[in-house]
Amino acid sequence: MEASPKKVSFSKLVSVDPRSPKKGNITINMTDGVLIPKKDTHVFNSWRTTFLGAIVLLACLLIFKPDPYLQILKVCASGIPVTFECTIFAIIGAIFIGLFCGLGSVSKHRILNRISGVYVELIRGIPLLVQLIFIYYALGKILHVEGLLASIISMAICFGAYMGEIVRSGIQAIPKGQMEAAIALGMSRSQAFVNVILPQAVKIILPSIGNEFISMLKDSSLVSTIALSDILRRGREYIARTFLSLETMLVVALIYLIITLMLSRLVGLMEERLNSNG
Amino acid sequence: MAKSKIRIENVCKTYEGKNEVHAVKNASLTVNEGEVVVIIGPSGSGKSTLLRSVNKLEFITSGKIFIDDEEVSAPDCDIRKVRENVGMVFQSFNLFPHLSVLQNVSIAPVKVKHIDRKHAEAKSMELLKRVGLADKANSYPNQLSGGQQQRVAIARALAMDPEIMLFDEPTSALDPEMIKEVLDVMLNLARSGMTMLIVTHEMGFARAAADKVIFMDSGEIIEQGTPSEVFDHPQSPRTQEFLNHIL
Repeated sequence: MEASPKKVSFSKLVSVDPRSPKKGNITINMTDGVLIPKKDTHVFNSWRTTFLGAIVLLACLLIFKPDPYLQILKVCASGIPVTFECTIFAIIGAIFIGLFCGLGSVSKHRILNRISGVYVELIRGIPLLVQLIFIYYALGKILHVEGLLASIISMAICFGAYMGEIVRSGIQAIPKGQMEAAIALGMSRSQAFVNVILPQAVKIILPSIGNEFISMLKDSSLVSTIALSDILRRGREYIARTFLSLETMLVVALIYLIITLMLSRLVGLMEERLNSNG
Repeated sequence: MAKSKIRIENVCKTYEGKNEVHAVKNASLTVNEGEVVVIIGPSGSGKSTLLRSVNKLEFITSGKIFIDDEEVSAPDCDIRKVRENVGMVFQSFNLFPHLSVLQNVSIAPVKVKHIDRKHAEAKSMELLKRVGLADKANSYPNQLSGGQQQRVAIARALAMDPEIMLFDEPTSALDPEMIKEVLDVMLNLARSGMTMLIVTHEMGFARAAADKVIFMDSGEIIEQGTPSEVFDHPQSPRTQEFLNHIL
């Protein structure tokens, strides 16, 4: 992902003046989200190929072998709303945490800076599944929060750290001259931040946040190991009843694939619009 | 005697670190009301550092800086109030790329002086007319040439009604054919009686517009005087050498 054309447009976006210090070492953190499709005029670009393949395969299964597959799809699809609910609320939480965390790590305030730094290091150093399970049980034991809400909170806490890093890199990608110009006009630092730095940073980090969203949607399946009766959980319950493990997991995988591909297309479109608006 | 607008007294600026750098050494100068003072000198001679310490974008190590008899180098000085009164134009323009030209010019009056948006925009249009860019009001900075961007930056600084304008190498990042359009705007500004402190490499402009020229080398003010004194009869051998190199 290093040398994708995205980098070109990115540097064009942030480097207004050729003499500003090179920001070569700043990269927006990419997670394991699916690749956001690039403008590829070919009729069968990789996104379309994968998407069509998934749809056709699912359709074929349903048409030619409706016996187990229709049932499996019905059961698994009932988990889709839960997956979405969990992901959407978790990402809202993660954005809030990420905003504070990102602001904290660029802040000059020692203590705030240290808190967000430690938070990020802590979260990034522990495997996601371990954290999720730990926070989930901790929430249950200490605050007596369980089920969906607990899953949402634990995902928000985990992904907040990644989001914080995205926010931080977005803010740091803005040339120093922007802040100087703003305060030279008489703005306070916070005014400059709200009116000058943040609007530009948001534009830079939106695609990454979209990517993070896709990532979270997939990783919400981790929560199903403990609490959520999402797509994966429904599938596993079905397997427990019928022992159709391969068939069920195929459908589960196809459902996730189709959803993430659609979302990645959406993020790609959003990014295109942002770039075309100057 | 004319009233002094900027008074710099024995200012030193040292960058601490493994090998200390003395960016500015014991510099003193005065800019009177309505005066245009141009600082020239080789790269790295501390010109920009000195200029940027006037509105506290750089913190000085020792010495005093006064604007209108208020000591801006004092720790308790309300630097924001001072900055409202001191416009600054940067080498790299630093326009806000997410705002249109008109918004770039009007944002500071609206946010800092709380002038109502309509009035601020009307006034911004006038300023854009003055720099010859009224037709670009709704464009975005990346749609403009370097010269146009710098003229917008000048209009943006003027929108705060400053009494002093600082220019930090305003033409150094420009293609040669665009330098003139920016210098013309600055010349007009100088003739309108604005107090200006300018760091530049444009000797022709310095000669034409400056009331006083200051030559700096390795952090020190070597020589100051009227353009003809400095350019035609330089006293110091370092000034002579510098002028020989560039003229």
